[in-house]
Amino acid sequence: MSLAAAFFYLFSAVMLASAFMVIAARNPVHSVLFLILAFVSASGLFILMGAEFLAMILVVVYVGAVAVLFLFVVMMLDVDFAELKKGMLQYMPLAAIIGIVVAIELVLVVGGWTARPGAAAKPADTVSNTMALGRVLYTQYAYFFQAAGLILLTAMIGAIVLTLHHKPGVKRQNIADQNARDRNEAVELKKVPSRTGV
Amino acid sequence: MDFSWVLPLLIILAKTVALLVAVLIYVAYVIYADRKIWAAVQLRRGPNVVGPWGLLQSFADMLKFVLKEPIIPASANKGVFLLAPFVMSVLALAAWAVIPVAEGWAISNINVGILYIFAISSLGVYGVIMGGWASNSKYPFLSALRSAAQMVSYEVSIGFVIITVLLCAGSLNLQDIVKAQDTKYGVFGWYWLPLFPMFIIFFISALAETNRPPFDLVEAESELVAGFMVEYSSTPYMLFMLGEYVAIVTMCALTTILFLGGWLSPIPFAPFTWIPGVVWFVLKVSFVFFMFAMVKAFVPRYRYDQLMRLGWKVFLPISLFMVVLVAAVLQFVGGR
Repeated sequence: MSLAAAFFYLFSAVMLASAFMVIAARNPVHSVLFLILAFVSASGLFILMGAEFLAMILVVVYVGAVAVLFLFVVMMLDVDFAELKKGMLQYMPLAAIIGIVVAIELVLVVGGWTARPGAAAKPADTVSNTMALGRVLYTQYAYFFQAAGLILLTAMIGAIVLTLHHKPGVKRQNIADQNARDRNEAVELKKVPSRTGV
Repeated sequence: MDFSWVLPLLIILAKTVALLVAVLIYVAYVIYADRKIWAAVQLRRGPNVVGPWGLLQSFADMLKFVLKEPIIPASANKGVFLLAPFVMSVLALAAWAVIPVAEGWAISNINVGILYIFAISSLGVYGVIMGGWASNSKYPFLSALRSAAQMVSYEVSIGFVIITVLLCAGSLNLQDIVKAQDTKYGVFGWYWLPLFPMFIIFFISALAETNRPPFDLVEAESELVAGFMVEYSSTPYMLFMLGEYVAIVTMCALTTILFLGGWLSPIPFAPFTWIPGVVWFVLKVSFVFFMFAMVKAFVPRYRYDQLMRLGWKVFLPISLFMVVLVAAVLQFVGGR
């Protein structure tokens, strides 16, 4: 068994086990932590396939940003998950049907999948896979790439609009004003005559 | 069975152990230096009892931490509570796998080295969140939320700074980035000069990312006791502290590689270029750390809203603008 194969089995096993634990763990925070472990193992698998750029982006985007938000939300929510789990058997048949349908669809889609001719060709050894990806992304798929960026921008603006509230009567510090203050206007020196007060 | 992979594996393991030992000893002296510099600024002596000039202070501290009893709060989430410090220190050390301390001296010379470090350092926030949450106590939790927000915010500007360097170097490989700074101008050919505002932004963001003063809101003693580590004692606490300092040294090394020419000699001719690259590298990392320590010694702590404002309203626009500017200059002047 080669070293790469050993690592493949290690990462796959860890990934499958942690993916299972995501739905099996009782504590939702543990679920998110297992989800993170699954992401990291997936990026390990990407590295084994030689797609190091994708692997790193997976870690940066999903583990470094998305999962942090998940964790935040789950930690802040005070949901009694034991209560939620009670209805599990009741909903089991429905969940099973949906699961089976999705599985069949996946099999159909993947079964009928043919890669575009030339898609599997390895880029020349002189070009690293980050560079190859960049070349395709910014030439052939430039418009799609821009469109994806616009969609993300829309989502971002939407989130800001939804959460932005201007409360009246809140004191805010204006940093420029603060820095513009100097000793002469901030401090007033008064000559206090003895025994009379100000 | 094919066992040809055993020898390379053993070599990698040996290299890893050597690097780990070197980094840990360096970190022990970085902690000592931090305390000494801080003390010197405040006209104190600093640690001076254990060993000559207090040189063995860090090792004595380590022994003390290890020998104390670890206390786990009764209502803590035990698994996560104990996992958090390990996550913190292991991640911090893992970043060293790709850092080239001299030409060719890296455990793994991967094509996406800089992205790897960026990814690993963005995971550091998990140690903090896990520790804060698992303690099951208010102060650690509040401070974990704070520091998570802080670390995520400053990652954005660090990312943009890294992009400008990548644009100039044309590679994500750390060794190539250093080699791209190898010009006949020596110290003036390194990226700190052409990308000067970014160098400053990177330095300040690195302070915020590693929770160093003046951005140490995570452990702001006056408000939050000891931050997310309140409930930790003995070895788990030491692992947190170790992870923190290793992350600081990593950031210093990254500053060195991105802006200060890595292992290159500052004066690019004969007697200086004979000195092995690793010496220059360690000297530069130590210099950057000296600046970190000086900032700690004489800049007062930021308020939380000021910190967020600085990250999102000052650094983010500047670094976004600089990315566009650098790209435009490279396009029209035809850099690389």
